[in-house]
This record gives sequence, structure tokens and C-alpha cells, in this order.
Amino acid sequence: MKKLKIADKEFSSRLFTGTGKFSSSQLMEEALLASGSELVTVALKRVNLHNEEDDILRHLSHTQFNLLPNTSGVRTAKEAVFAAQLAREALETNWLKLEIHPDPKYLLPDLVETLKAAEELTKLGFIVLPYIHADPVLCKRLEDAGVAAVMPLGSPIGSNSGLQTKRFLEIIIEQSNVPVIIDAGIGAPSHAAEAMEMGADAVLVNTAIAVSENPLQMAKAFKLAVEAGRMAFEARLAKSKNFAEASSPLTSFLQE
Amino acid sequence: MFTQLFDTYNREEIKQSIYSKTKADVEHTLNKTTKRNLEDFKALISPAASYYLESMAQVSQQLTQKRFGKTIQLYIPLYLSNECQNICKYCGFSLDNKIKRKTLTNEEILKEAKAIKTLGYDHILLVTGEANQMVGTPYLKNAIRLLKPYFSHISIEVQPLDQYDYEELIAEGLTTVLVYQETYHREDYKIYHPKGKKSNFNYRIETPDRLGKAEIHKMGLGILIGLEDWRTDSFFTALHLNYLEKKYWRTKYSVSFPRIRPARGIIEPKVIMTDKELVQLICAYRIFNEEVELSLSTRESENFRNNIIKLGITSMSAGSKTNPGGYEVEKQSLEQFEISDERTPQEIAQLIKSNGYEAVWKDWDKILM
Repeated sequence: MKKLKIADKEFSSRLFTGTGKFSSSQLMEEALLASGSELVTVALKRVNLHNEEDDILRHLSHTQFNLLPNTSGVRTAKEAVFAAQLAREALETNWLKLEIHPDPKYLLPDLVETLKAAEELTKLGFIVLPYIHADPVLCKRLEDAGVAAVMPLGSPIGSNSGLQTKRFLEIIIEQSNVPVIIDAGIGAPSHAAEAMEMGADAVLVNTAIAVSENPLQMAKAFKLAVEAGRMAFEARLAKSKNFAEASSPLTSFLQE
Repeated sequence: MFTQLFDTYNREEIKQSIYSKTKADVEHTLNKTTKRNLEDFKALISPAASYYLESMAQVSQQLTQKRFGKTIQLYIPLYLSNECQNICKYCGFSLDNKIKRKTLTNEEILKEAKAIKTLGYDHILLVTGEANQMVGTPYLKNAIRLLKPYFSHISIEVQPLDQYDYEELIAEGLTTVLVYQETYHREDYKIYHPKGKKSNFNYRIETPDRLGKAEIHKMGLGILIGLEDWRTDSFFTALHLNYLEKKYWRTKYSVSFPRIRPARGIIEPKVIMTDKELVQLICAYRIFNEEVELSLSTRESENFRNNIIKLGITSMSAGSKTNPGGYEVEKQSLEQFEISDERTPQEIAQLIKSNGYEAVWKDWDKILM
């Protein structure tokens, strides 16, 4: 399988993961290791940036994991930029999952503030991965702003309802010049495989693994599903046919 | 303002409507695959729903895990003062209760804070009575400024304030405000609160509006269970929540369900809510609103708290003292109410763990202000 390149980093695994909602940090560590994930996102508000013994960070200190701090909790571009700068300093990475969802009920992203923050953060040298609606025009605007990838949602975060935005994701994938990571709503390995078959560059999964009865096994299932989907994409899926080929009543006169 | 909506409702009609819900109504609600509405909430808190407690608990658990994961947040109250100019018939700090009054000084606040920090806490709830001269906005502002270096998340449960007071405190680092209506029964409210600023029903019921306008990050609602019919009062809480979520959509909401506890010099509860009914109410809130945070304090017994962790709540207090200075400065001063679960925070964290959940001590950061 082709490796995925985002900014200057190459990834063998196209399954990105979240770190919330697990029943213990120990279990999170084990599940994420089993998932093969190489990029894990962690909410700044959950960690203690000034404590090296922070429970979550301690369990993520494996060479397999690249940390992707996220700005969950901020409501404006201004707050996001401030939080990003502190994260960069404390966690020593300029990678950032830009999340601005002023609506705490459905956690839906604010496109106005997200675009504003992305423009500013790329100028400040951040590798910005913005969490957004499946909005193809917004993706182009973010691309112009210099983001390293886009992260459109499949359905509301934590909803496990799959690729409800499929038609728009297809357009985004078709038009994008930066990697497309489907984030939010992926509730089953089959959803992840579907996203990968469509040509998504990666998926980000959290709730479906963390809340499963058996997170370890579910992490492995997602790993396999993402690999299977990607392999199928690279092998080019046989197209389902909605026309017959046996006889050609309309064009048979062309045959000699 | 919420009063405009509230005044269109007739309490007796609502009560009747709740009590006449049938088993079929409850089944219809439980079988829904779409979001539940206020009519569904009525069914879920109705006497008819008591036959479906196990099913309700299962739905509640599943919805809670989906949204919040297998986690329980921990917080602790810090009582700053028991000075109070109100007479409230159910409260140990009531003006007519002859107790020794105490308001913590800067030095004492820091002493208490340090004691709380050693327990492992990062989220703190500041509590006072209502005495605007002694513990008004300037006092609270000073307390937040003192405590901000030590805590990631600061909440208050104090007298209702004006919008500009809230704005001032938010700028100082305040994240959450809890303000309980006690009861939505307009007439009886006056009987429970005969004297003091608190006796103004409208000012209290409009407090969440003022908080919403001040763009508070989170606010907590609730009633004091034991004053009036809990089903009817809970319906109005749900109505209030619905109204606020639509109007102040940037704010996060939580609900608590305190039951009256014994305290020196207070009335006996008029209505007794059983443990079974409290479980029903918790599950009803969750099934009605998948995103609202549900909080349970040390008012509840050990046995109840041992078993409630997986059923829908999202945050708990532990090791609480309800007297100013109770952690370090003056351990023997008089409490607002007797707590029921006296286990230490570490014991509660262990209890959460043994339920297969993670105790979360930090879920906010100063950088988010």
C-alpha cells in the first residue's frame, strides 16, 4: 500500500485515532497500539501541559505515535490561535488539529472562525489539519490558506452514524490537492472501509473504539478495515454495472 | 426571557398531563429512534414509566457512553462563606438560623485550596450564601483571581447576579455557574423564601437568561427535590433547558437533582423522592437529552452512588465539606447540610475504576478563556 504523506511526515497507517472516552489510560494505550495508528489526537484541555507525568501523555509516549494536539473547547479563531501557541511550546510539535465548535451540543465546526484561524496559524508555521463540515468550497479556501490536510465530518461527532455526507465527501476527494481525512461519525469498521474505498486518504476514529465492549479487538478491526478499504481503492474496485453488454442493439450496425 | 414562555404554562395542567401518561406512551418513547421531546420527557418521568426502569437504565447507559465515554468527572465544593441575608426554610445558612457566621480571608482561601489540591482536584466549585456586602462580586472576583493559578476549571454556586457582574467574573476566569431554581411553583416559592433578595421569583428564574447573554461556558440547572411535586418541577427544568439550549447555543448545560438533606433548623421535606424515583429521573433526563451533563453530589448515600455510576451521570463530587474552612481552616464549623457519602476522593476514584470507568480530574484549561 502507498504510504500517506502529510506535510513532511509519512504514515504507513491510514487510521488516525482519538484519545478520549476510554475507561482508562492503560486501555487507551493498548487499544491505540493495537490499532497501528501513527497519529493520535489529544485534547489540550484534558492534559496538563506543564506536568511531564501527565497520565494521558505518559501513556502516549511511544515512538509509534505522533501527537496531534487539538483545540477542542475553543469558540473563536482568537482562542484557537492562543491555545495552539501554548500547545506548540509545551508539546514541542507544530502539528495541530484545528477544532472550533462553539456549539457544545453537536460540536459542529464554525466555518468562519476555522478559516480565519487556519489563515493565521499557517502563517505562524503550524501544520494545520482543520476539522470541518463536508463543504467542498470551504476545503478549497482552506487549501488556499495553506492547510496540510482537510478533515471533513462524515456525520456529527460521536454519533456513530457513518458517512451521511457521502455525496459531498466524494466531491471533496475528487477536487482536493491535500490529503482528505474523514473525521467524525465513523461508527463501524464498515464505515471506515467505505471511506477508504471512496478514496479518502485516511480516517480518524475515536468513540467507536473507546466505547466498544472490547476496545482492543475493535481497534484491530478498524485497522483491518482501513487496510482493506485502501487496498481495494488502490486495486480499483470493479464498478457495478447498470447496463448489459451481451448484445448491442443500438450499435450492432457498426460491426462488420 | 424565559418568564414569557413559562407564564404560558398552567402548572396543574402539566401535572395532570404527566400523571395521565400510560404504559403505551412510555413504550412509544423508548422505541423512538429519533430525539425525544418534552412530551416524551413527561412520559419518562410519569408513574407509568416506573415499570420500565430496567429498560430506561439500559438506554440511558448506552446513550451516556456514546456521548461521554466511560468517564466520570470529579469536582469539589469550596465553601467561602455562610453569611446570608435570605430566609430559606430548607437551608442551614438561613438568616434566622443562629449559627456562627464565617467568611474566609485571602489567607484562609489559599489554605483551603492547598488542602483541596492535595486531594487531587483540578476543578473547583466556589459556594457562598447571599450577603452582597460581604460576599458580592468584588469578593468573588478576588477569590477567582487567588484560585486561578491552582485550578483549571472554576465554577460558582452563589446568589444570582446581574449580567455585567457575570461578565466581569468570566473575564477573571470563571467558567461555570450553577443556579438552581429550587422550585418552579411560583406561589409556594414565596413560602420557602419569605425574606431577602432570593424571594424575588422572577429575578431568579431569569438568571439563566442573564448568564446566557454573558456567554458563560457552562451553566447548571436544577430544583431542590423535596419542596414540591418533583415530576412537575422537573418538567419545568426540562422546558427551561430546552429553551436555553436553543437561545444560548454556545453554552453547555448540566442538571443536578439534589434531595433535601437534614441540617440544623430546617423544615422536613414535603415530598419524599425514593431512590427508585431518582434513578428514573436521571435516566429520563439522559434519554430526553443526550448531551446534557448530569451531576451527583455527596448528598446521596454510599450504596446509591456505588450503583449509579453507569446509569447516566457524568460528574460527581467526593470528599466534600459544606462548611467554610471545612478542609483545613476550621474543620468543626457548621455545615450547610450533612453529606451522606463521606468517602475520600481517592476511594471514589477507585470506585469509578472498579465500575470500568475512568475518573477524570481535568477536562478544561485556563488557555481556553
